[in-house]
Amino acid sequence: MTNETKDHSALADIFNKDEARVNWHDETLWWIRAKRDKAVHQLPEWEDLRETASRIKHNVLSNMSSYLQQFEANAIANGITVHWAADAKEHNQIVLSLLQKHSVTRMVKSKSMLTEECHLNEYLGENGVDVIDSDLGERIVQLAHEPPSHIVLPCIHKKKEEIGELFHQYLGTPAGNADPQFLTETARHHLRETFLTRRAALTGVNFAIAETGEFVVCTNEGNADMGAHLADVHIASMGFEKIIPERKHLSVFLRLLTRSATGQPITTYSSHFGKPRPGQEMHIVIVDNGRSVQLGREEFRNSLKCIRCGACMNTCPVYRRSGGHSYHNAISGPIGAILAPNLDMEKYADLPFASTLCGSCSNVCPVKIDIHDQLYKWRQVIVKNGYATKTKKAGMQVMTLTLSSPTIYHVGGKAGRWFMKHVPFAVNNKLNPWYKQRDMPEPPKESFGEWYSKNRKKS
Amino acid sequence: MTVGLFIPCYVDQFYPGAAIACLELLEKLGVNVVYPKNQTCCGQPMANSGFEHLTHGCNELFIKNFAEFDYIVAPSGSCVLHVRDHLHDDAQPEKARHISERIYEFTSFLTDVLKVTSLPAKFPHKVGMHQSCHGQRGLHLSSMTELVAPDFSKPGSLLNMVEGLELVELSRKDECCGFGGTFCVAEEAVSVKMGKDRVADHLEHGAEYITGVDMSCLMHMEGILNRQGSKVKVLHIAQILNGE
Amino acid sequence: MTNEPMNASRDKILAAITQNQPASVPVPDISFLKGGPEDPEEKFTTVLTTIGGKVLKVKGFDEIKKLLPEHFDTGKRVVTTLAELSDAGQLYAGEPIDPHTMEDIELTITSAHFAVAENGAVWVTEELIKQRVLPFICQHLAVVVNAGSIVPTMHEAYQKIGNTTYGFGTFIAGPSKTADIEQSLVLGAHGPRSMTVFILG
Repeated sequence: MTNETKDHSALADIFNKDEARVNWHDETLWWIRAKRDKAVHQLPEWEDLRETASRIKHNVLSNMSSYLQQFEANAIANGITVHWAADAKEHNQIVLSLLQKHSVTRMVKSKSMLTEECHLNEYLGENGVDVIDSDLGERIVQLAHEPPSHIVLPCIHKKKEEIGELFHQYLGTPAGNADPQFLTETARHHLRETFLTRRAALTGVNFAIAETGEFVVCTNEGNADMGAHLADVHIASMGFEKIIPERKHLSVFLRLLTRSATGQPITTYSSHFGKPRPGQEMHIVIVDNGRSVQLGREEFRNSLKCIRCGACMNTCPVYRRSGGHSYHNAISGPIGAILAPNLDMEKYADLPFASTLCGSCSNVCPVKIDIHDQLYKWRQVIVKNGYATKTKKAGMQVMTLTLSSPTIYHVGGKAGRWFMKHVPFAVNNKLNPWYKQRDMPEPPKESFGEWYSKNRKKS
Repeated sequence: MTVGLFIPCYVDQFYPGAAIACLELLEKLGVNVVYPKNQTCCGQPMANSGFEHLTHGCNELFIKNFAEFDYIVAPSGSCVLHVRDHLHDDAQPEKARHISERIYEFTSFLTDVLKVTSLPAKFPHKVGMHQSCHGQRGLHLSSMTELVAPDFSKPGSLLNMVEGLELVELSRKDECCGFGGTFCVAEEAVSVKMGKDRVADHLEHGAEYITGVDMSCLMHMEGILNRQGSKVKVLHIAQILNGE
Repeated sequence: MTNEPMNASRDKILAAITQNQPASVPVPDISFLKGGPEDPEEKFTTVLTTIGGKVLKVKGFDEIKKLLPEHFDTGKRVVTTLAELSDAGQLYAGEPIDPHTMEDIELTITSAHFAVAENGAVWVTEELIKQRVLPFICQHLAVVVNAGSIVPTMHEAYQKIGNTTYGFGTFIAGPSKTADIEQSLVLGAHGPRSMTVFILG
């Protein structure tokens, strides 16, 4: 994919070539934000819930090592096999070896952003394992050979006509049928056959409880349950930050999760897996993949509180108008932009700049991650590590010199002159990104400083 | 009480009318206002671009210009937020802290310090109020739609004191306009699209003027309005409150 | 099955975490979080109906038996875990079977430990549903719950669950659904197309 070489700005520029589509994308996601608002305003205790969740997660971050060991011990006692993966590669190898041990070549998988982060499907494909994603949205992007564009709504960027065309091509539906009811029914039959014939199922993990060794998986479709309860082998992949101290803390998180995500009071299914089914094997793969490094970054460790609700994406005015794929990372939007630079600062140097720092993301975050402040802080870190572009660097140095010196700033005295020379948007030509679609402000006949000298005697 | 007036660089250079209105209204309200002439910029453009480490000169100059005042007032939420959060100088930390604690965005200085309850202004027009993010979410000048909290608006309460002024309701009360400092050129496509959408919301609700506490957002929306050939004007809130 | 917790990656990860985690802060008290004064049954009915479920208030199992043919295609395979309804369908008491054989179930009737007013969910565990896939694989799901067991919020729900042990437990709130295609809500994604709750009492 060419996304490798283009940055957010360039990809967003392409996305914006079709303005009607941008409007549609923006309005669809805004509608979800509005549903979220409606749901949360029904709970007077909402802000207390957010604060409590944030503090529980803080406790988790600060006791991560012991909670993980407690979880592991309890899970093992429950008959679950626990694996540890230092990085994406090791995670993928563990999953493959489990499948090979059982001579499984076809697996069904429910939603797991972690496996997107690890590029598990590609890896298993290269090693002779066919993976079918069972979440409808994920199945759709899988058929389209695309990554999800949103962590909760994987195919939010796709129009129903495009989905109808994919189904026509791959699932044999009549050409031109784009009725969501009909297409969902088709997927139901197609995936039911999958559930019934796969001996191994992989699910994600929403929460893992240290106190009990159980883990919770939330879906609306029931696809995680259909996969797991029919399979001989259930593998659950989790980033280590999914841990919470006690079962009762689920009350706080389950109240927050879907209200933030879609405005629903809870997902249709919140399934608690404690032990394997008689005769079944259950495995948990606990993955680090950079998380322990992020935990050590004082300014950024709060990003590990994320419960993957996607509210920051739905509210982000930039995300809504640039699309998830323009973030060229498994996790897009504001949260993706503060997680990605930890994994590869150079590759994702553009993402913290894909924001106006408006702060709406931090306000909707159910665990009160200071997302927009972290975007600001990542910018400082990225520049200090030398990943700013050369032209930007030069421009900034000129700007700094001038703005630090009243003499240079006031040189010439004529209003607008300094700006015309030094501010990137100040030239009226086609190369000027300000002028492309916006007029320049009219330079006034005098600056305020000049006016003040004439009209006030003070200072 | 002596107030140091901080006029952000782009307001000084492009929108002197906003600065004059701010000065005049403060004077009308009996405040002794001084404009230190050697001021330039708060350093935000560099800092938001990741170059906070280059802002030392700006910080030093800012402290030199403003450390002696009882209050510092600026017609910009964004610059005030930057000074509050990021002004620092290891050589003179107390002076930096004094400024951070005593700097006010113009409308909140009127509501919180001067406790203005009436204004002699008249403005018989339909006006759309743009909630600039840094003023609103950063300085808490207004309630925010994301939070479950009581409704309030400091700039809105002042506009309601203006005779004949009708505030229009917006579909999206507090969405960002897309200016975002260097974002406006670095992410041109999204910035413009955000601006167009924001402007459209005001137009759909019949606004004749768009106002706000931050001239930068207004400059961005003005650029779009003018390119569209719209008759709708932008005005800094000080210009309306000063009764122009 | 062998468990080998001691391995290189485990030790490496835990060492890195121990080194990098911040100073310990206490876990906050959550006991102040609780439901309001709303009538739980009324709230539960409203919420479950809003999210696509159906609520039928009944006096007893006889009434349920009478209602079943009105609401479901009882000519097809009906499975229940409730002895009281054994003449309305096949009684499944948890004998070992291949779960795949449940594929053609039209209606599952089971019971829940309790229900939650704020979100329309019922809490079931393996102990009640006997086979994990049973409430998911059927075309339609009916759940019997006692009127007195409806709690206001998830906080009371987890108080009720306490430290009971279960191999599997799940909150079910409404029919299986998806809105992945242009946010158009479609009921009946992979699991039941409908969910009916009989409130007993």
